[in-house]
Amino acid sequence: MGTIADAWTWLTTGSNWSGPGGIGVRLGEHLYLTGMSLAIACAIALPVACWLGHIGKGGTLAINISNVGRAVPTLAVLGLLLLTPLRMHGDWPTVIALVLFAVPPLLTNAYVGIREADRDVVEAARGMGMSGPQLLGRVELPLGYPLVMTGLRSATVQVVATATLAAIAGGGGLGRIITAGFRTYNTPQVVAGAFLVAVLALVLEGVLVIAERLLDPMRGRRTDGRASGRRTPAGGPGTPTAPGAKETDVPAGEQKPAPAPL
Amino acid sequence: MKASSCLAANEWICGEYVRSRSDELVDATVQHVWITLASVGIGLLVSFPLALVARRWRVLTGPVLGLTTVLYTIPSLAMFSLLVPLMGISASVVVTGLVLYSLTILIRNLLTGLDAVPADTREAARGMGYGQTRLLFTVELPLALPAVMAGLRIATVSTIAMTTVGGIMGYGGLGNLIVEGMRSLFKAQVLTASVLCVLLAVLADLLLLGLQRLLTPWARAQRGGGTGGRGGGGDSRGRFGRVGRVGRFRTRAAAARKEAAA
Repeated sequence: MGTIADAWTWLTTGSNWSGPGGIGVRLGEHLYLTGMSLAIACAIALPVACWLGHIGKGGTLAINISNVGRAVPTLAVLGLLLLTPLRMHGDWPTVIALVLFAVPPLLTNAYVGIREADRDVVEAARGMGMSGPQLLGRVELPLGYPLVMTGLRSATVQVVATATLAAIAGGGGLGRIITAGFRTYNTPQVVAGAFLVAVLALVLEGVLVIAERLLDPMRGRRTDGRASGRRTPAGGPGTPTAPGAKETDVPAGEQKPAPAPL
Repeated sequence: MKASSCLAANEWICGEYVRSRSDELVDATVQHVWITLASVGIGLLVSFPLALVARRWRVLTGPVLGLTTVLYTIPSLAMFSLLVPLMGISASVVVTGLVLYSLTILIRNLLTGLDAVPADTREAARGMGYGQTRLLFTVELPLALPAVMAGLRIATVSTIAMTTVGGIMGYGGLGNLIVEGMRSLFKAQVLTASVLCVLLAVLADLLLLGLQRLLTPWARAQRGGGTGGRGGGGDSRGRFGRVGRVGRFRTRAAAARKEAAA
């Protein structure tokens, strides 16, 4: 257990936090890469998912894109992108790789969420004379909101994990602390870096769970049997469920957990 | 002459690379396969009793699922690094990390499958004098098999992709070649190893799909409008109908993955 104590010493040493390669800078890089990639991925995936879900087409594509995302190793994509001429453009290869892996969970979950919105309610809204955009904005999106947020959470988990791997290829972020530790056989530093990355991932997940509750457009209204039954996973609503756990009545396997946390 | 020049020119596709380094490629693939097999095998052995415990004592369902979900959130590089002080730099670090990830998917699918066994079927078997163990192994598990196999396929495919991260410490199968190629900017090595990795994932998925077909002949018989199910009777018909739908999705998924690989 000497390593753990050494890792703690490393973490509590002030000089490791400041400076150009310090924890502060690396954390900033990690958050910047994560935020930027998520924003770009949302801008791409959510409109497409809303549109496909609304017109009810392209389901095969939306479902299968996450299967493809799972089979392709993130490390391979990072490696391939970093060997292209894009390498000369700073963070861009990393951001592109992160976006590529954030889009599938966002797209699949948002599509399923909108598609599986209670058809009776949608029909009723249509009967009341709502137009297409109104139907999407006022009925389908609020009803599909839990799954859209599930998609965002699994995309975030994925992006934080992939951003860590970018360090292997010389990118920035907290992963740099781990890879530098491996290169210098400094195990305490490796453990300290891994601890920071794990805490960051768990904190971001927690923040998103809280944000999901606070921003729920149906907050306080999702109490009747049908709506709440739809949301309650096996572990109860309070459990931090895995992406894909909070599922509707989709058979197992069709709605699957998030792509691997690479 | 032309063949060997692609190595010197550092081209993406290089037949000479595959020829001259075939031993290295075979070794890496073999390591990749055994790390995956060990991880998924141990994962299955660990998740089976855990799922049974979580089913027997419902109070434990939430904590078990919650804990595995927290593990799933930790980025893979951090997970491996955190295990280093416990086991040193070895293949067991990678296998342990991958086992922990596979638990989330396997336990969830085991529980889903077992919960979906119709109560009538269970009652009928009990009425025929089946004990707990016999009920589990001859009635419940066979009926849960489609869900379990779906989970196994997801776990296997994501484990194959994630094994590459073990390359950071030299125990990542094809990931070793990817990491090495990234550092030395060796394009052919990164591309060849990446493609092999995706091919492995597709192959494993197809093999497991075939195994599932072999193990559940009644699902196919029923889909083709044949005789009734084995332990199911009328009640399980809807269930198998859904399984059929998943099956079609998955076949398309495999096709999409093949396209992605090509």
